[in-house]
Amino acid sequence: LQRELEFAKATSTQQTLTSEAKVTSYNNFYEFGLGKNDPRENAAGFRVDPWQLQLDGLVDQPQTLGYEDLFGFDLEERIYRLRCVEAWSMVIPWVGFPLADILKRAGVNSSAKYIAFETLFDPKQMPGQRSRLGGGIRYPYVEGLRMDEAMHPLTFIAVGVYGKTLAPQNGAPVRLVVPWKYGFKSIKSITRIQAVDKQPPTTWNLAAANEYGFYANVNPEVDHPRWSQATERRITRGGLGSDERIATLPFNGYGEQVAGLYQGMDLQRFY
Amino acid sequence: MASAYWSALNDTIGGDPVESLIHFYGLSALRLLLLSLVLTPLVRFSRQPALMRLRRPLGLWAAAFATAHLAVYVVYDLQMNWALVLSEVIERPYITVGFVAWLVLSVLAVTSLPRLVRALGKRWKPLHNTVYLAAALVCLHFLWSVKADIVEPGLYILILAVLLFLRKEKLFRYFRSSKPHNG
Repeated sequence: LQRELEFAKATSTQQTLTSEAKVTSYNNFYEFGLGKNDPRENAAGFRVDPWQLQLDGLVDQPQTLGYEDLFGFDLEERIYRLRCVEAWSMVIPWVGFPLADILKRAGVNSSAKYIAFETLFDPKQMPGQRSRLGGGIRYPYVEGLRMDEAMHPLTFIAVGVYGKTLAPQNGAPVRLVVPWKYGFKSIKSITRIQAVDKQPPTTWNLAAANEYGFYANVNPEVDHPRWSQATERRITRGGLGSDERIATLPFNGYGEQVAGLYQGMDLQRFY
Repeated sequence: MASAYWSALNDTIGGDPVESLIHFYGLSALRLLLLSLVLTPLVRFSRQPALMRLRRPLGLWAAAFATAHLAVYVVYDLQMNWALVLSEVIERPYITVGFVAWLVLSVLAVTSLPRLVRALGKRWKPLHNTVYLAAALVCLHFLWSVKADIVEPGLYILILAVLLFLRKEKLFRYFRSSKPHNG
């Protein structure tokens, strides 16, 4: 089902990659079930082709990208650390292109201050969206970034992982990856990207504002109200006892590149 | 219990064996605990007093699974970072509640030894009625631990509520009689 991609390979990394088996079997994707092991099973028949990714809002040239268009960019591999708000992390080789590439193509107006994202809404294919209770969050899943965050070279649109097109449970066919923010910011199976002038609503913030902020930058100093964010369990490979618990770094270790975006901001308040 | 542990060691129990094991042990403890509490009204309605003999082993297994749940959390999730264990137990209400529930269950398990049952005499029954308190704490711990999906913990809370309702008179009586009489 997944096909091989052609891309510029990442230069090697010192960090142990999380095994492909774990990347594709331990997923938070409530649209396909609440348990981490559910999405792989429930998303198995998910149709990603045809796909429509709409790019509109305050842009000069609104566009609609079809499935094949998603792979028409200069694809490159990026090995990123993914830090989940639940205090576990992985190291994942994504394939894709900077979000800025696609935004430049549409020509974002100067009046646009934020980028808003939306996941596919298709209750027929996504059992989680069918249930009235839906796992306690509203659908479709929405996310957002400030314009400077969206344009940052680290902010990435992934169309593949481990050299192949994305598996459905990883957000096929197209997802966001923002490595210095908690994983829930990296919205999956995107159908709409919109340039807007006001801070857009975000799903987990709507569900529990005291626990999940708009920025959601990885920050060991700001604990989740129910658990510490000072450390994380790095999931790599192997069974019980093979993970290491390591210190969590500010901005997930990408501070050198992104701390400047938040100069003068009180990150305890804007968590 | 052992087979789940074996699967976790061999990485054949979901993407993250640590989480899988914590959830499996925790849920098993809660289910066994509620099952042990369901027995009493069940025996009354079905008139099968022999079933009552299951209550003790069910309660003991619940305590054992709760212990395994806590042990995996401390050893494999927090990796025996004792400062972190302590701060999580003290500062995080849902962990505190779970920990207190485990303490109660442990006391109940230990005082299930025949010798201690005899030694406690009349005090044994009021002590073991705190199993309802433990069940309530376990439910709260579960409810508080989830991010948004409250359906499953809600279901267990409903079951416990029904059980408490069925036993309300008896529990009220114990509660009153265990209070000191001051005229």
